[in-house]
Order: sequence, then C-alpha cells, then structure tokens
Amino acid sequence: MSLIRMSSPHVYKTNTTANVMRLVLLATLPGILALTFFFGWGTLIQIVWAGALALAFEAAILKLRRRPIMFYLNDGSALVTALLLAVAIPPFAPWWVTAVGVFVAIVIAKHLYGGLGQNPFNPAMVAYALLLISFPVEMTRWTAPFVLNGEGWPVASFMDTLGAIFGSVEHVWYDSFTGATPLDELRHRSGLTTEETWRQSLVLSQGIGAWHAVSAAWFMGGIFLLYRKIITWHAPISMLLALAISATLFYGFDPDNYADPFFHLSTGATMLAAFFIITDPVSSATSNRGRIIFGASIGVLIFIIRTWGNYPDGVAFAVLLMNLAAPFIDLYSQPRSYGHSQSNKGRGGKA
Amino acid sequence: MGKVFAFHGGIHPPENKKQSTRTPIRKAPLPKLLYLPLQQHIGMAASPLVNVGDRVLKGQMIAEPVGRISASLHAPTSGTIRSIGPHPVPHASGLESDCIVIESDGQDEWLEHKGLEDYTQLEPSALIEHIRRCGIAGMGGAGFPTDVKLHLGDDHIVNTLIINAAECEPYITADDMLMRERAHEILGGIRVISHLLKPSHIMIGIEDNKSHAIHTLESVLKGCDLNIDIRVVPTKYPSGGERQLIQLLTGLEVPSGHIPADIGIVCQNIGTTAAIYRAVHHGEPLISRIVTVTGDAVAQPQNLEALIGTPFADLLDAANVYENKLYRLVMGGPMMGVTIEHDQIPVIKTTNCIIAATIDEMPPAPPEQPCIRCNMCEQVCPVTLLPQQLYWFSKGREFDKAKHHNLFDCIECGACAYVCPSSIPLVQYYRFAKSEIRTEEAEQRKADHARERFEARQARLEREQEEKEARRKARAEEAARAQKARKSAETETTAAEPVQDINALKTAAAVARTKLKKAQKALDAARDSGEGDIPALEAAVQAAQTSSEQAQQALEKAEGAKPAAPAAVDTKQLKTAAAVARTKLKKAQKALDAARESGEGDLATLEAALKAAQESADQAQQAFEQAESGASTDAAAAGPDLKQLKTAAAVARTKLKKARDALKNAEDKGLEGLDKLRATLTTLEQKADEADKAYKDAESAAGASAAPAQAAPIDMKALKQQVSIMRTKLKKAEAALDGLEGDERTQAEQALEELRQRHAEADKAFKAAEQAQIDAAAAQGVDLKQLKIDAAMARAAVTKLERALAKTEEAQERTSIEAELVTARDKAEQLNKTLQQHEPA
Repeated sequence: MSLIRMSSPHVYKTNTTANVMRLVLLATLPGILALTFFFGWGTLIQIVWAGALALAFEAAILKLRRRPIMFYLNDGSALVTALLLAVAIPPFAPWWVTAVGVFVAIVIAKHLYGGLGQNPFNPAMVAYALLLISFPVEMTRWTAPFVLNGEGWPVASFMDTLGAIFGSVEHVWYDSFTGATPLDELRHRSGLTTEETWRQSLVLSQGIGAWHAVSAAWFMGGIFLLYRKIITWHAPISMLLALAISATLFYGFDPDNYADPFFHLSTGATMLAAFFIITDPVSSATSNRGRIIFGASIGVLIFIIRTWGNYPDGVAFAVLLMNLAAPFIDLYSQPRSYGHSQSNKGRGGKA
Repeated sequence: MGKVFAFHGGIHPPENKKQSTRTPIRKAPLPKLLYLPLQQHIGMAASPLVNVGDRVLKGQMIAEPVGRISASLHAPTSGTIRSIGPHPVPHASGLESDCIVIESDGQDEWLEHKGLEDYTQLEPSALIEHIRRCGIAGMGGAGFPTDVKLHLGDDHIVNTLIINAAECEPYITADDMLMRERAHEILGGIRVISHLLKPSHIMIGIEDNKSHAIHTLESVLKGCDLNIDIRVVPTKYPSGGERQLIQLLTGLEVPSGHIPADIGIVCQNIGTTAAIYRAVHHGEPLISRIVTVTGDAVAQPQNLEALIGTPFADLLDAANVYENKLYRLVMGGPMMGVTIEHDQIPVIKTTNCIIAATIDEMPPAPPEQPCIRCNMCEQVCPVTLLPQQLYWFSKGREFDKAKHHNLFDCIECGACAYVCPSSIPLVQYYRFAKSEIRTEEAEQRKADHARERFEARQARLEREQEEKEARRKARAEEAARAQKARKSAETETTAAEPVQDINALKTAAAVARTKLKKAQKALDAARDSGEGDIPALEAAVQAAQTSSEQAQQALEKAEGAKPAAPAAVDTKQLKTAAAVARTKLKKAQKALDAARESGEGDLATLEAALKAAQESADQAQQAFEQAESGASTDAAAAGPDLKQLKTAAAVARTKLKKARDALKNAEDKGLEGLDKLRATLTTLEQKADEADKAYKDAESAAGASAAPAQAAPIDMKALKQQVSIMRTKLKKAEAALDGLEGDERTQAEQALEELRQRHAEADKAFKAAEQAQIDAAAAQGVDLKQLKIDAAMARAAVTKLERALAKTEEAQERTSIEAELVTARDKAEQLNKTLQQHEPA
C-alpha cells in the first residue's frame, strides 16, 4: 500500500485569491449602480473598457514575463484594479485617458515591480495620480448629477455617452452634462465663506445628495467586505475617524473657512478610498496595528490636501505617500506575541 | 462555572466529529503481530529487557526507561518476542526506528498484577516511581513522560492543575468518548495527580461541542470534595493547545521559552488521567488506548480500544476500510497530524486518531499563488505572530528577521495555512526556517567550540614557550655568572704574572739586527767607495750593534723567564728554529772549512762557533721533537678552528666574487656608484686575502708540513684569476671609454686609470705571492739574510718614494709615484711578514 506523504495541515478552507477578488468586485456593485444612476452611463462604459484593457495588458505582460497566463488571469486582481481606476475617472473621460491609466496601472505599477503581491504602490492610485497630473482638463471634467439637468432622468443616452468617450461627439455637446464637484466648488470659492458658497452653488445646495448617495453605496459595499472578513476594520475605520476628527477640529474653530466633517466623509472619494483603496493588502501596512497607523495617516493627509493642497481631492496622493511609508510602519508595529511582555521593534538582525 | 478568557485568532474548520461518536468504544480485535517502538515519548528511547524468542505475558515490562525523561514499555498481550530491530513508525520523517515485535499467542494471559492498596499512605516518590514503571506518557500529542510532570511539585509551586479535554482538532473523538464512558476513571486519575501536586484549583477545559461528555462529567463530579471546575470553552481551533488552553482558562500567558509550571500551572491530558487511574488502582501499565478510526474511506467510523503496537491495518479492517477509496492516511488530526504511507505502522501511546481520507475529503493542496499580504493569517494566528512576514523572511532566507518576528513561538498549528487564499503551505516554510536556524546555530556552536579550543591551545603553547624561555634565560644568567666568576679568577692569576711579550721583544731584536746590518752595509759601501762620512757611519754601526745586543739580551732573558709548560708549543716556529739552527750549523761548517782551506782566519773561534751552532741545532731539534709530540695531541683541537677558518675564507671569497659580479654589472651598465662598489671590492679582496692567509697559517700551524704546499696553489690560482679578471675589466672599461664623451669621459678615464692601477697591483700581488710561495717553499733552506736584505731594500724604496712624493708637485707624476709607493709598501710589508715568519726564535 502506498499513500501520499504530506505535511500538515491536511485540510484547507476553500478560499482563493480569485474568490477574494470576486467578493471585492461584488461589493463595488452598489457604488457602480449609484454612480450610473446619478451620473449616467459613462461609469459603466469606462468599467467595461478598462476591464477589457486590463485583461489584455495583463495577458500581454504575463506572456512577456513567461508566466502562466490563465493561472494569473484567473485571480481577478487585474479586474479589481481596472474597476477601481474606472470609477475614479470622470465618466466622460476620453477612451485614451482610460487606456493610458490602465497601462500604467497594470504594466508599470504592478508588473514591472514583480507582479501580484510585489507592488509597493497601489496600481490604481499610481495611474490616477499620473492621469491627474498629465491630463488635468480631462480628469477634472466631472459630470453634473442628473438632478441639476431638469425633470425625470435627464442623463446622456448610452450611445451618446459611448460616442463622447470614443471621440465622435463634439466637446460642446457633453459640456452641458459636466460640472464641478462639491469639492471643486468649495475649493475654488474665491473668498466666500462656507455658507455663502453653499448658498450660491447649485451643486452644493441641490446636487450634493448625489454624492451622499454614492458614498453611502460604497459604504454598504465596505460593510459587506467587513462582514465577509475580506477586509479588517482597522484601516478604514481609523482613516474615517482621523478625517472626521481633523475636520471637526477645524470646523469647530472656524466654520466659515472649513467644511463640516460630514461633508468630508460623504463627498469625493472618501468612502471608496476607505473600503476599497486603502484596504489593498499588498501596498498597505501588514499588522493590525500598522493598518491603524496607515489608515489614520491617510485620513489626516486627505484632509490636509483637500484643505490646503492644489487639488480638490487628495486620496490618490495620500494613499501613495502612505504606501511609501508602509514598510517603515511595519518595522514599528509588530504585535505583541503570546508569551512576550512587549512587542519587538525595528528590523531585527542584519539589514 | 468560572470566567473563560479568549486567545487571539483561531479558526473553525469543519468538525467532522459526529460520525465517530455514534457507537460506543469497542475493543479492537487482538492482532497477530504487535510492533512496539522503543521511543513513543519525548526523551531517551527505552532499553529492551527481553531477547528474541522470550515468551512475555501481558503487562510484563519489556523495556526500561533510560535517564530521567524516558518511559518504560510493556507487552500489550502475551506472546513471543519475534525480533528487535528497525520497523516503520508513525513519525513525520517517515523513517524507521527500533521496535520490539511480539507475536501474539492469542491467550492474552496477564502477568499477575494488582493495584496499590492505598496510594495516599505511600511516599510521593514511591507513587511516582510506580507511575513511571507503568510507562505512562502524555496521551495528547507530545508524549511527555507523565512522572516527570508529577515531580514538578518539588521545585515549582503548582497552584493550578488543568486537565486538557478540549480536543480541538476536527475528527478526533477519543477523549470525548472516554469522558462519556469512563468519567469515574478520569476522576480517579485526577485524585491521584491532585494528591501528588496538591493544587489549589483544578480546571477541566472542554470545548462546547461535547455536551454529552460535559454532562457526564458534571454528574460524576457532583459532590466531589476536590475543587474541580469544568470550564466550557468555545469551539475554536487550537483551543486544545496547552498554552492556548491556559490562556483561555486563566487569562495568563506562559512566557516565551518557559514551561507552564513556571507560572504555577500543570497541564495533563484527560486520557492520561484515566491511564494513571488504571495504573494506580489496578496495577495495569499503559498497554492500550482509545483510537478514533474515522474518515470517509472507512464504512464504520468509531472509537476502538487498541493495544499499543497494533498495526493500523488491523484497526482499519475493524472499521471496514474501503481500500480503493483510501487516498491519505493521517495519524492525529487533520491540522497537525502526520501522514502515514504504510498501514503496518503501529499504534503508539500518542495515537489518538487515524483518518482514512478520500481524495475529495483531503484533496491535494492547490498550487501556491503569490502572497497578497491579505492579512488573513495574522487574524487567525493563536500566538499573535505575523505569519505573512514570517513567510517572506523564510522564503527570502532572512532568518535573523524571522527570529526577530518570534518564529520560534510558532506552534505550527496550521491555522494560517488553513485560511491562506493563495494556498501557501506556510507551516512548511516555518519548519524549513526553524530547521535552518537550528542547523545554523548548531554550526555556530560547533565553530565557537572549535575556536575556544583553538584559543585555549594557543594560550597553552604560548605559556609553555614562555616558561621555556624563562628557564633558558635563567640558565643563561647562571652560565654568565659562572663565566664572570671564572674570568675574574683568571685575570687575577694572569695579572700576577707579568706578561712577557716575547714576540714584541723578538721583533725589536730583529729590527735592531736589521738596522745594524743596514748600518754595516752602508759603512761597507762607504768604505768601498771611499766616500761619505765614514766615522759617522761607524758610530751608527756601533750604536746599532749596541741596541741589537740589548734587544737580543732582553729577548733571551724573557725567553729564559718564560715558563716551560705554557711554551704553547709553536711547533712551526720550533721547526723553523731547528731548520735555521741547522742552516747556521752548515754555514758555520762551511766557514770553518773555507777557513781551513784558505788557512786564514781565526780557526779556533770558528770551531767554537761551529760547536755552539751544533749545540743550538741539536737543542732546536730536540725542542721541535718534543713540541711535535705535544702538538699531535693538539692537532685535534686545532681541527675545528681550521675548519672555521676555511669556512670564513670561503665566505670571504664568495662575497668577493659577488662584489666583483656587482662591479662588473655596474661597469657594464655605466659608471654610477662605481667608486663605492670598487671600494667595497677592495675591502673584500683584502678580507678574502686575509682570510685565506689566516686559513693557510692555521693550516700550516696544525702541523701538517705538506699543507702549505697544497694551499699555496689554490691561492695562486685565485690570484691568477683575479689578475685575469682585472685584465678583462680593464679591457672592458677601455672599450666603454671609446663610447663616452665629455665629463663622463673624464670620469671614465679616471676610473680606467684606477682600474689599470688595480690591475698592476693585482699583477704585482700575484707576482709577490709567487715570490712568497717560493720563499715559503724554500723556508727550510732560506737565505734569511737575503730575505732580510730584500725587506730592508723594500723599506728603503718605500722611504725613497715617500720622499720623492713629498718633493714632487706635478699631479701626474704624483699619481704615478703614489702608485709606485703603494706597490712598494705592499712589497715591503709582504717581505717583512715573510721575514717575521721565518726568523728564528
């Protein structure tokens, strides 16, 4: 009788990376639906376009790197990256903007660093930051929520949107559908107080609900991921808390010049970042304690960049900055192990 | 029920326990062959007490413990010892180990045995010894000899006894069934342990999925006088880990690198308590245990009471295994068990479960994917490690960092590997890293040990060397002191005797004689020519005669005063003296004959002189003969000195040759530093000549009369060579001169001049040596007078030249005169030396 010899353990949880990625994709559904509902078909088109590009680039680079293509394509990580980039890009962004972004994310930010699990920076955020700096016009032309366009559900039709993205429609046409985001309005208010800006701006006074709804949708997805134990609470909660606390402090002292904490939590990419971007395990800190530090630092940085920076939203830069700091955080956030009176610090051993 | 704490992490794998608890514990059929590994426990392997062919009874001890941490082994049934040797055993390595094989006789005949009547009256050590002799070792997993843990009360204060009944691994129900069916045995065992350790608190930790067992235990414990708590803990793997259970029940952590007893806690497996009960109350050693046989590949999963040593095949048969469905055979639980490749592997004391799994039940692990640092492993780690970091460090062989991340606190429970979405076999990585680190450390220790030994040796050698040196120094000092003492004594004695410098006197006398002769000659010449100041010359002759006589007198006096014994027998001198005396005799004879023939002269005086000469010749001959007999004994002593001189001469010659080569080289290359080299060469030449001479002298002094003749040709040859070399050099230099111009030319010309001189010198020296040789050869019959005259002439020439030099002012002439002067001086010296050598004493 000859039986196999194996080292323990002999049973495994039927849990795969692909499964993890599928659940993440599933959790983005409410957010995608909300974006589509309030801002039209653009988001969906971008997602499909970015997803297709991501798979193609991934397959190509895997072939170049002589890695098993299907084995890696199946893990779904490229799709998640593409999706996160697509929902961050303005719905009417031209096709080539998305293409450049996906290329940078998949080929440069991920595979040139060694592929899945080896990239020090969040690929979607690298791509987003690059696009924002390279194509500021295309990247800041966000769509106005449909409520500002009139009665019913006055969004651009699917075919028109497709035409706009792939370049067959005049700029003038979709200019009527675009508008500033609440963060833009508050950032470029030219000396008005917060309240004055609020009253003056249509987006803030009437359209803000769209952003609240989208943020709520992302939050729902996040709760789902927490429930399924795909992510842990440490990074998202500490980020949201840090952002809220920073905003409260400044709003409490000077409500004329600073936005209220709820505004910070419910607009821009705050919720998307908290549950889908900073929870990217590869580029974040390792331990639970490390993730708390990592998340809180991002929260503070987002507030700083939003309030005093050049860009209306600072998620991408905040995340990239903290990605850079993650290995250092790891050195000083080892948990206290069983039987030890305190946790070990530093790198240990020779460098 | 007390408070239950929590430990970090943990997982909830499918339990799969129900299928094996449907039927009560059944006795496994008696196997035909039993394989009993000598090592079923932690510590030293037991040592066999039986021989092949012996008949053993059930319960008879067949192997005894070796050392403190060891356990004995008993025959599980009656039968015959078939063999003692290697057989496959249940171990992760899959290696074979020594086993005692018993062929059962089917009678299952017990050795006479009975329990202890009242263990509470026994000395604790006697009770522990009884338990030790019953071969009881921990039945949970590690198999730690139980008696060692019961001894702990001696050096540890044990206040808490924890009975581990958690049984957290999926599939296993052996402890569950034991509690359900034999709760009173468990209680009995706990009483024994409690009697020995006297803990203030006893806790039974049990997972909440065993409600039947909990219920049974509760009913048994009702009204129990002991302070026993049943603590129900939530079902979570690995709550049954010793350290995790301690944390669950007490909230305390066992410090890393310590044992639970260090914080006053002792843990015992619940199966062990039942075994202790049977040993103490029935005198039954540990020969059987309850084994869960389960898995999808057996038809009737159940718990069997199996004899230790029963092959797995027998148990699988008892549970009706589906051979074709069997894919993986695991001993222990699915999380930490080991796979068994061979169904003849026996049940041992720690075998709690056999899982016969189908391929669907335990499929091979999917291929490993890249780690995405998802952090799930950290969430489940019961030791709060960072498994993914450990994985990266192990994979990257950064063992220092792995150690810094507390790799050695890992209990290898497999929870991290269980949850890993990338199917990374994390535990294997940790095992690899641990073994690598252990190997490294062992090597380090070895290296350190070797270094220490080397250093110790080095220190010892140094010490010895120093001691030796010290001894040597002491000896040297002693010798120096003795030497000093001797020397001072010697100087005292020599100081007492006035030194009679005979040699000096001799020289003085000779000089005086020479002067006299010179004066005489001058007078004769003056008389012949009829010119010059004859009276003055006469006065000078007179004065010279007087001084010569005086000198001669002084010499004679000194010689007369010289003690006979230390006449350190200069044989050569004596010989010469004898020869001289003979010559004088002959001369005197001749003179007498001539006088007789001519009929002129004072015949009587001549005859007297002849007689005197004869006497002196005889005396000299005698003295010589006497001395020679003494010298023959001295010759041996002279030998080494001679050799030394020869060596010195050879060395000098070698040096000379080298210097010459260097010079030649330098000359070939150019003119830089030539002068220096030349000076060196000259010095060396002189030295070599001196050495040669000294050697020759010594050789002749050694008494071998033939030696000088032999040595002379050598010297001649050398001189001849020298001359020829000089000639060559001269020619070369001349050739070189043609190619040069200006300052260099003048320099070169000078050098050439020098060379020419030296050549002339060498030539002269050669000729002089030739002459000297002839002189030496003729020493016996030398015309001493002639020699003396020659020497005087040479000296005169020197003086003349000196005067001429003083007068001359022209540079060129001066140089030529100087050259001549040098030659003349040399010649004079040479002659003087020869003269001194041959002059009679």
